[in-house]
Amino acid sequence: METAAVPLNAYLILSGILFTIGVIGVLIKRNPIVIFMCIELMLNAVNLTLVAFSRYHQNLSGQLIVIFVLAVAAAEVSVGLGIIVSIFRARVSINIDEMDIMRG
Amino acid sequence: MNGELLLFALFAAISVVCGIGLITNDNPIRCALNLVGVLLSVAMLFLLLHASFIAAIQVIVYAGAIMVLFVFVIMLLNLGSREQVVDQLKTQKPLAIIAGLVLMVGIISVILKIPEGQRPKLSTEMVSPYDLALQLFSPSWVFPFEAISILLLVAVVGAVILAKRRID
Repeated sequence: METAAVPLNAYLILSGILFTIGVIGVLIKRNPIVIFMCIELMLNAVNLTLVAFSRYHQNLSGQLIVIFVLAVAAAEVSVGLGIIVSIFRARVSINIDEMDIMRG
Repeated sequence: MNGELLLFALFAAISVVCGIGLITNDNPIRCALNLVGVLLSVAMLFLLLHASFIAAIQVIVYAGAIMVLFVFVIMLLNLGSREQVVDQLKTQKPLAIIAGLVLMVGIISVILKIPEGQRPKLSTEMVSPYDLALQLFSPSWVFPFEAISILLLVAVVGAVILAKRRID
């Protein structure tokens, strides 16, 4: 047993900063692939929170949830990139501003 | 135990710098490389948190498989050059940055309100994959595990259908 060298709050603040960077990226980017990358960044920030809580509360459930998040992220990326490729086939550009055929 | 603090500061700095690089670069390939930097430094932070298995699958699945998929699609669609975009919503960028900063201040102020209290005594051992598997296949987690496997199957089928040129 040892005392923790890094306080839990440091991990939480770091993951908050990373999450916010992801949010800003989703809002300012115009390329859907880069927007996907920012979503991955947000998922990773949340994973960091989960693992930090798992360590500091001595409870493995946090790490199990991280495994599920990884699986969901992999599924999301494969389907999302498939959609982007098929949109690109239909209308050569993938600028997110031009994808407005579903607006009301 | 100052080494741990030093490593935390180093990898935290790398991840934040690469994250800012991710949202400031215009070239998608450079964005992808910055994201790989973030993912690898977060994997190192997982190691600092004694989650060796999570760190390993972070490198294998995220930095390996998922990023290869990203780079593959960028190359396939030939997006390697700078995006030439006519910004239709000129006010969105500054507003988004302001909103993001407000969100960051909110999150950090809430976290700083948490009383730190006693620093807990932590075990020095890594969490082994065996411990994780014991929990994962226990009755409380095995149903989500089955659900996630069905989700992956659906995603694979969906990706194949989307990638087909035409469904006959």
